[in-house]
Amino acid sequence: MDLALIVSVQVLYAVATLVIISAGLAVIFGMMRVINLAHGEFLMLGAYSAIFATKAGINIWIAMLVVAPICVGLFGIVVERLIIRHLYGRMVDTMLATWGLSLLCVGLVTSLIGNTTSGVSTPEGNFSIGAYSVSFYTSALIVIAVLLLFAIRWVLRSTDWGLIARGTMQNPAMADVLGISPTRVYSITFAVGAALSGLAGGLLAPVSGVVPTMGASFIAKAFITVIGGGSSILAGTASASALFGLINQLATFITTPVFGEVALFIAAVVMLRMLPQGITGRFFKGSL
Amino acid sequence: MTAFRDSPWSAVLVMLLGVMATLAIPKWVDDFALIQITIYVVMAILAISQAFIWGFSGILCFGQASFFGLGAYTYALSVINMGESTLPVLLAIALPGLFALLLGYFMFYGRLSDVYMGVITLTVSLIFFNSVNSTAGPEWRIGNAPLGGFNGIPSIPSINYPGNPEDTLDPLAFFYLSAFSLIAIYGGLRWLISSRIGHVIVAIKENEQRATLLGFDARAFKLFAFTLGGCIAGLAGCFFANWGSFTSPTIFSLAQSAQIIVWVIVGGLGTLVGPIIGCMAIQWLTTQIGTQQTFNSNLVLGVILVVFVLLVPKGIIPSLGDVLQKLFGKKVTKGEEA
Amino acid sequence: MSTVPLLETRNLNMRFGGVHATRDVNFKLSDGELRCIIGPNGAGKSTFFKQLTGQLRPTSGQVLFRGQDITGCQPHVPARLGIGIKTQVPSLFNGLSVWENVWLSACRVYPKAKALEVTRDTLERVGLSSLQNSTTGLMAHGQRQWVELAVVIAADPSLILLDEPAAGMSDQEVRRTADLILEINKSHALIVVEHDMSFIRMIAKMVTVFHQGAILTEDLPDAVMNNPTVRQVYLGKKAA
Repeated sequence: MDLALIVSVQVLYAVATLVIISAGLAVIFGMMRVINLAHGEFLMLGAYSAIFATKAGINIWIAMLVVAPICVGLFGIVVERLIIRHLYGRMVDTMLATWGLSLLCVGLVTSLIGNTTSGVSTPEGNFSIGAYSVSFYTSALIVIAVLLLFAIRWVLRSTDWGLIARGTMQNPAMADVLGISPTRVYSITFAVGAALSGLAGGLLAPVSGVVPTMGASFIAKAFITVIGGGSSILAGTASASALFGLINQLATFITTPVFGEVALFIAAVVMLRMLPQGITGRFFKGSL
Repeated sequence: MTAFRDSPWSAVLVMLLGVMATLAIPKWVDDFALIQITIYVVMAILAISQAFIWGFSGILCFGQASFFGLGAYTYALSVINMGESTLPVLLAIALPGLFALLLGYFMFYGRLSDVYMGVITLTVSLIFFNSVNSTAGPEWRIGNAPLGGFNGIPSIPSINYPGNPEDTLDPLAFFYLSAFSLIAIYGGLRWLISSRIGHVIVAIKENEQRATLLGFDARAFKLFAFTLGGCIAGLAGCFFANWGSFTSPTIFSLAQSAQIIVWVIVGGLGTLVGPIIGCMAIQWLTTQIGTQQTFNSNLVLGVILVVFVLLVPKGIIPSLGDVLQKLFGKKVTKGEEA
Repeated sequence: MSTVPLLETRNLNMRFGGVHATRDVNFKLSDGELRCIIGPNGAGKSTFFKQLTGQLRPTSGQVLFRGQDITGCQPHVPARLGIGIKTQVPSLFNGLSVWENVWLSACRVYPKAKALEVTRDTLERVGLSSLQNSTTGLMAHGQRQWVELAVVIAADPSLILLDEPAAGMSDQEVRRTADLILEINKSHALIVVEHDMSFIRMIAKMVTVFHQGAILTEDLPDAVMNNPTVRQVYLGKKAA
């Protein structure tokens, strides 16, 4: 019984991690149909922001939840203005340019900081389930992931800005006519997506070794989750994270972490073949 | 202006220049430089495989490294087991080709589009990377050959003259092999593109719906192109394993796939010669950067990619072609006006 | 004269989510016939059309070509059976020249030398010889429609399906297209989906009227124009 509970927690944690790392990419892809291959590097920059902030004396939670998103959000505004803006509608070109951006970021950070692993320790605390113990941080991440989904839903559904954003994405010309500047909306949306990626980086800084190349290990999973989820930001991210997180964790449990990853990838490939539009291309159609 | 490029003259010219260069280079450079140039040539074969499937068949493959790596590993594992290199070289072409056939069938017959194909091919290369990377234990072996995991496979026997396992190719012979292979593959692909099959493949890239409505099964043509691309990349992998007598899982990495794409973008999507030049130029550049400390190679590659996508989206060769046309095209118009 | 219809649909139905786009359509076309399909916007003409070409798989019912069931076949099959298709939005190889477009169509059917000959002849027939080296994507809309017509007939199909061949054309171009279609009809069967009533009058022998996914009536052009139900369905449109 305890084992079942622990495994469930592990699964939830895997799902939560996928949600957290994919949210930023999902916003950008779901809203703007832009594939941002520099997403992993946004994460990396968020992680480093959190680390530097913490080392500078800022409380770790503030560093992760406030400093990281703000830093990367600002960076996102710059990136959108300089690069993304010129490539709207050109999906492949955007993928290429953002790939270049990702190489650029890795190179820049490596030059400035070097290749050594930095780190910051997890906030302390455990609690027990029977004979096993669950770290406080693990549960915190699960809770944060859920809150994140609700927050995105609330913003999109219940705020003016969310409505404007959704409308602009559906019909930019119309938004223009109504006096809303689509450029501004795109800018803000990209910044928000970047900020979410930064947040993810900050949150994951305590649990992964922070190196300039850490983005690579996240980009694939985030990418797969977002594309697998389909065009609906929330329903897509949630359902794909749930599916892949479950498969990943179960496979890891049965074999090794490496083959857990491989299982996730294989599941993604198979799923994309069966549902070329992603999960929300077929199910939960038209949802947020 | 027709887009079909049926005229063989440009191909003949390029091949002629290639042969001349191949014969001349060894006389002018020392052994070390020759070995450097050989790896540029080998990578150019890889570049041309991506150039063909992307520029002419419209297939967005972000994981061409999969076939490259499969070729390298297939050669390595078979030559260690067999002791003679002729069959391993053939296997290094056939196995990646077979994998391309299966993967291609999976993708094209599922009518996957651009973006999704990019994701899947990317993911497949990651599957290879992750899997092979974790095969370090001694229990992971094929026949006599351990897979080596993240350590890779060292001391890979070189290609020998067929039938004579002791008589391996020296650097000069290997250079000739790679260079003439590149020239032959280039010629072969140009010939294919000018054939009826080639025309259909280009048409499918241009407008798949219309090609289908004309009665061409686009899936089959794309599968053919993709498989061919896989075979060529596999050969490049085989040569690569030969060149360094070593291969490791990084051959399947995202970075490797990214490099190939950069070569094609910089050289010019839609030509074969462009990516060859782009590949050699960037490799040379990377080597130069490697010798100094100021600029990181990722940084430079990244800047190049971004700059090219934003400012020179067509790539070097087509842009040069445009410039030439503007220069000479103007003169023609003036003449007509007068 | 064969008794098997060239093209037939039996109880064809198409549902998208809640929309019943094609309702129990029973349609017959004889060899060599020219049929026009008309109907107001949303009547289901294009949906019906796409089920004939294999682009959509009907929810139920059959599409038969010369008695052979081609329902929901792979989209490259109709052409191989002898059905030429011109889509509503011109679908051409925009980066290629007019010559290359037509040649691609011919080369699937004919061996090399014959294909060149057929390409040349088709271009002459349609009146595009002088434009054969122009890049298709850069041409005017009306001309692109003709290129597509040439592309379709180059493969010498027994049945030609045209979706709005006169769309976006000037009066003069419409006249020319009508002449072309009548000339093509001498040796090929045609189904023409159209909005333009004056164009219909130029070419029509038999007209099928679609309304809300079903066939409202099938009759000679004058009878259809004077049919009160048809006029009502076209309320607001100048049917005359």
